[in-house]
Amino acid sequence: MSINTKQVKKNAYRITKTRGKTALRIRVPGGHLEVKHFDIIKKVADEYGNGTVHITTRQGFELPDIDFDKIPEVNKMIRPILEGLELAIGVDISDLESGYCAAGTRNVSACIGNRVCQFANFDTTDLAKRIEKEIYPNDYHVKIAVTGCPNDCIKAHIQDFGIIGLTEPQYAQERCISCGACVKNCKKRVTNALNFENYSVKRDADRCIGCGECILKCPTGALTRSREKYFRLVIMGRTGKKNPRIARAFLEWVDEETIIKVIKNCYEHYIEKYIDRTLPKEHVGYIVDRTGYDLFKKEVLRDITLDTKVKVARYIDFGGYMYDRNTMFTRGYN
Amino acid sequence: MGLKMNYKEFNNALEELSRNYKIYAPINMNGKGRFSGTDVVGYGEINKIEDAVFGLKSYYSPKEIVFPIRQTLFYFGDDEVKEPKVDDKDTIILLRPCDINGIERLDSIFLHNGTYEDIYYKKLRDKVKFFMIECAEGFDTCFCVAMKANKTDNYSVGMRVKNGEIYLHIKDKDLEEVFGNLGDEVDFKPDFIEKNKIEVNVPDPEKLTIDIFEHEVWKEYDERCIACGRCNTSCITCSCFTMQDVFYDSNQKVGERRRAWTGCHVDGFTDMAGGHSFRQKNGARMRFKTLHKVSDFHKRFGCNMTVGCGRCDDVCPQYISLSKCINKLYDIVEGGPKNE
Repeated sequence: MSINTKQVKKNAYRITKTRGKTALRIRVPGGHLEVKHFDIIKKVADEYGNGTVHITTRQGFELPDIDFDKIPEVNKMIRPILEGLELAIGVDISDLESGYCAAGTRNVSACIGNRVCQFANFDTTDLAKRIEKEIYPNDYHVKIAVTGCPNDCIKAHIQDFGIIGLTEPQYAQERCISCGACVKNCKKRVTNALNFENYSVKRDADRCIGCGECILKCPTGALTRSREKYFRLVIMGRTGKKNPRIARAFLEWVDEETIIKVIKNCYEHYIEKYIDRTLPKEHVGYIVDRTGYDLFKKEVLRDITLDTKVKVARYIDFGGYMYDRNTMFTRGYN
Repeated sequence: MGLKMNYKEFNNALEELSRNYKIYAPINMNGKGRFSGTDVVGYGEINKIEDAVFGLKSYYSPKEIVFPIRQTLFYFGDDEVKEPKVDDKDTIILLRPCDINGIERLDSIFLHNGTYEDIYYKKLRDKVKFFMIECAEGFDTCFCVAMKANKTDNYSVGMRVKNGEIYLHIKDKDLEEVFGNLGDEVDFKPDFIEKNKIEVNVPDPEKLTIDIFEHEVWKEYDERCIACGRCNTSCITCSCFTMQDVFYDSNQKVGERRRAWTGCHVDGFTDMAGGHSFRQKNGARMRFKTLHKVSDFHKRFGCNMTVGCGRCDDVCPQYISLSKCINKLYDIVEGGPKNE
């Protein structure tokens, strides 16, 4: 059997433990889909796979036990999925009959967001789809996730780009009954950013993380949401075999447009220019380790005018830990 | 006088009225709902009838117009006291029969409870004219009929807004002039709702004795109620307030005395000097509220305090229902389950 494994992997099929068998990965941008797509997933699993499906950690589906030579047939079958979950978003896929055209950039995942959740500060699936449109198809190894509030249920903190929805509480003093619900809650559950002065609530903007909990607690609507939606963009979190670490805040109180531009700049100017092409692939976080944060910052913020509200990390100490402490040193020049 | 007119004609009248009146109605507050991407209906000023929301019950009641959430009573400094100015304009409120009855309950507390009238309430209350919105269908959580708060004739104008047309029953002679030459004269009187979707049986207040205090019915609310205060603040008849003396930072001799809403479900409501506090358990707070609404107030003023607007049900994040609780009380004191 002759298989171009690189080609197959790019087509979103996996090289598996079982020789001759592959597994198809289906992207679900934003993690929310119409159930009509289940019919096709079921059909492929029944007719070509082993009748099972794995729900992936990035909110896709993986259909195991497919014969390599059935890839063209399976690709034809999943055409409606590509149409519904990619083309409909605006992703440019030239040949809809030949399956996924890239797998490097992982599915953009999202928590359930404000379609259902009371805490979420925006529609996470919508933004995930918008990002998918900008970055897919692409071969660069980048992980992006979108979460509705700083509870971070999607674990944006272990992504290369983690987008966390914020709101800026608006205070109408004349509606405040000084009940203390917001102050008490912020102290117990958040960052103690609220205080009483003369029976009115004072918000310490440096401490406030924009979660919106105070708005949820206020019985009179004295605290309400800002019309503008804001985000915290955390970067370069990862798991892996070298240096697992939590993402760190890069931009705070930033808007959606800026985030999209930053991500695009990262693909088009930063990774493109600095990736180590001697490797089969290089995960973006390790590029940042090599070039340093300053260069990353310069490249991804190019041609962007930041609103005065936006805070940019002056420096980032990514931390985490090294599995092999000796990786810091090598013998000789390599 | 009965009139039928279109929105344009009605808006002409509103424009003329707005010279002498601030006109309040339930309005949609865009993006101001508790959750992201949600609106909330509350009371605000309108310029035209299209600004008013008729298809939804307002989350907040019109109470705040006559009994502001936070109200400065007077400013003080050295040996001087000064009351804040009250707006020159009078007030028109578009509201439903239950809320008119609700404001009458506030009148009982602020104007007819004891020797003195509450002058701060009176100043605002005396300005008000009611434009009653016909409410013949009600909403899911309403129980106004059981509270006999579904009807009222206490209004200046009764109005039905339907299919782009407005029917008016004008009782106030002063307003006939404003509307007189608009629309067509018709025979119109507003209808009232006669049956709510939920039935509530109110126990005889005399049977609600001190024994009920220890009843296990309240235990459930110890667990369920989180004492967020939303029932109190959305209620048209909750009238409790607390006082605040605020000294201005720059000069500690001057400041203001104001009052602000509070309620039996708000933490700190019964705090006393020395730190003692009554009703620490949330079930006890539910008990206090429920008995005030259907027993204590009734014994003093001859009617239930609650008007059955059902807002407390609508806003409770724990889905606690006052009407359900009243029905439980009925079953307990009248002996036997009637309200399954």
